Amino acid sequence: MNVAVKPADTGSDRANAPEVMLDIRNVSLSFGGVHAIKDVSFNIHKGEIRAIIGPNGAGKTSMLNVINGFYHPQVGEITFKGETRTQMRPYVAATQGIARTFQNVALFRGMSTLDNIMSGRTLKMHKNFFWQMLRFGPAMQEEVEHRERVEEIIDFLEIQHIRRTPVGRLPYGLQKRVELARALAMEPELLLLDEPMAGMNLEEKEDMSRFILDVNDQFGTTIALIEHDMGVVMDLSTRVVVLDHGEKIADGTPAEVSSNQDVIDAYLGVAH
Amino acid sequence: MFYREVGQFKTNYTADSQVFPILQDKVGIIAMLVIAYVIIPMAGNDFFITTVMIPFLVFTLATIGLNILVGYTGQLSLGTGAFMGVGAYSCYKLTTFFPDVNIIILVLLSGFFAAGVGIIFGLPSLRIKGFYLAVTTLAAQFFLEWAFIRIPWLYNYNDSGAIEVPQREGFGVILTGAAAQPVTRYLVVLSIVLVMTWIASNIIRGRIGRSWMMIRDMDIAAELMGVRPLYAKLSAFAVSSFYCGVAGAMFVFFWLGAAEVESFDINHSFLFLFMAIIGGLGSLIGCYMGAAFIWILPIIIRALPEALGLDVNAATVEHINFMMIGGMIIFFLIVEPHGLARLWQIAKEKLRTWPFPYS
Repeated sequence: MNVAVKPADTGSDRANAPEVMLDIRNVSLSFGGVHAIKDVSFNIHKGEIRAIIGPNGAGKTSMLNVINGFYHPQVGEITFKGETRTQMRPYVAATQGIARTFQNVALFRGMSTLDNIMSGRTLKMHKNFFWQMLRFGPAMQEEVEHRERVEEIIDFLEIQHIRRTPVGRLPYGLQKRVELARALAMEPELLLLDEPMAGMNLEEKEDMSRFILDVNDQFGTTIALIEHDMGVVMDLSTRVVVLDHGEKIADGTPAEVSSNQDVIDAYLGVAH
Repeated sequence: MFYREVGQFKTNYTADSQVFPILQDKVGIIAMLVIAYVIIPMAGNDFFITTVMIPFLVFTLATIGLNILVGYTGQLSLGTGAFMGVGAYSCYKLTTFFPDVNIIILVLLSGFFAAGVGIIFGLPSLRIKGFYLAVTTLAAQFFLEWAFIRIPWLYNYNDSGAIEVPQREGFGVILTGAAAQPVTRYLVVLSIVLVMTWIASNIIRGRIGRSWMMIRDMDIAAELMGVRPLYAKLSAFAVSSFYCGVAGAMFVFFWLGAAEVESFDINHSFLFLFMAIIGGLGSLIGCYMGAAFIWILPIIIRALPEALGLDVNAATVEHINFMMIGGMIIFFLIVEPHGLARLWQIAKEKLRTWPFPYS
């Protein structure tokens, strides 16, 4: 089965010495008069599964877009692997090892599953145009090398049977899985998942949860996760940060967060 | 029954990523090559080779160029004719300066001039998408047409304003000009087109081609996965224009023999766009099919009444021709909006399970 997957060592020492992988300090983001994120600070430890939750419009997706450089915050600092910056280009984020999936599946619909996952290897392939033209020698060797890695991911996510299918023809649940495969093909250090279980049935959710835990466990990938299904969030995540109207209202372990009065108010509403 | 991959196992990834992984396809391709290289030169008369095959191949190459841009990278362009013109005029200038150099080398070199011009006119694509980009490529079309008329240096101050192909040799054989044999010209064009198709297929299946398709399908996701739109789009413009430029040079040097600005007008740009759409965007074999559909089919229809012994007025034949081609374009696009290439693909998928589709 999962041949090439070796247990990573990051999982074991996670508890005693948390190393901060991503630190977000006082980030504010606004579009004109709309304040999407207001002075939010939190961090993500290496090797953990960090959930970001909050009611609709809380600024969760905006937060992910800030992290991978798609939005540029007006105020604040982001430190990733010891490097501090106020903003960056998506290309740089990708080279530094940040990958993500999207809330509305953003696969390359005209390409097959295999090509979609191979596209995740783009940054790792370097052979120049002339070798590519001939598709021979070094270029072919590179192509095969990366194909091997991609096949490992295909095995890992159990999508062998749809390798050649154009992704546009796949059912929604599988598309989500291919999108995860594509992000994994980048071999990211930080994986951002934007609602990976949205619109799935129970069985698909369980599959996806299993994959997320396996990715975290076996590849040692740090994961930031946005999810609305509280059961999933409470079961999977190491720590949870709660946003509401662009502000951070709670941060802590799932147990702490679920008993926090502000969080309960934000989700259930309060009498005015 | 006859077309299926049962029993054809692939044991490594190189074998698995071939263009024609199935034996039957390979046999088919070899048969086509034999027809193209042996049977047509031997059996075809000069009319068939000059009027049907050479323009068909040249148009195929131009369509491949356009398809790289529109079908694979998703950047709509209406400047194909003008980029072909750049290739033709630069080949003309090159052969004026270097009359002794093998004309095939000059034809290929002229592609680089077209690529350069393509990059310049591709710059707006970094900001503009879709129909709006198509309008900016119109600027290329109009500007270059203007340049082909207003810069007499380009046509060597010729009074007619046209470029006339001089007699040129390569490998000791006369390749261009009135004295060149149609068969020779045909073989040169065929070889260039086939080699360039092979190269295009290599690029498309590799990293660069994938980054083009990533930009086409979802540019935001592509950017977040490390594709730089600047490089991807401009390289697509460069490669596309290179192909169009080579096609343009061959268009004049191996087929027309003389050309002026009308040969590169916007009608030609539209013609290639239609070929690409009918053949199938994002498909190389579709380029051949689209060019054959638009170029060869009318010739067949035109020759049909005579072959059947019917006495029909030539003008009537031409009218019927227009109606039939127009009708067939509509018919095929309704049946399969993704073009003839997709129809071909569906046919192959059906063939694989025929005659027992549920077994």
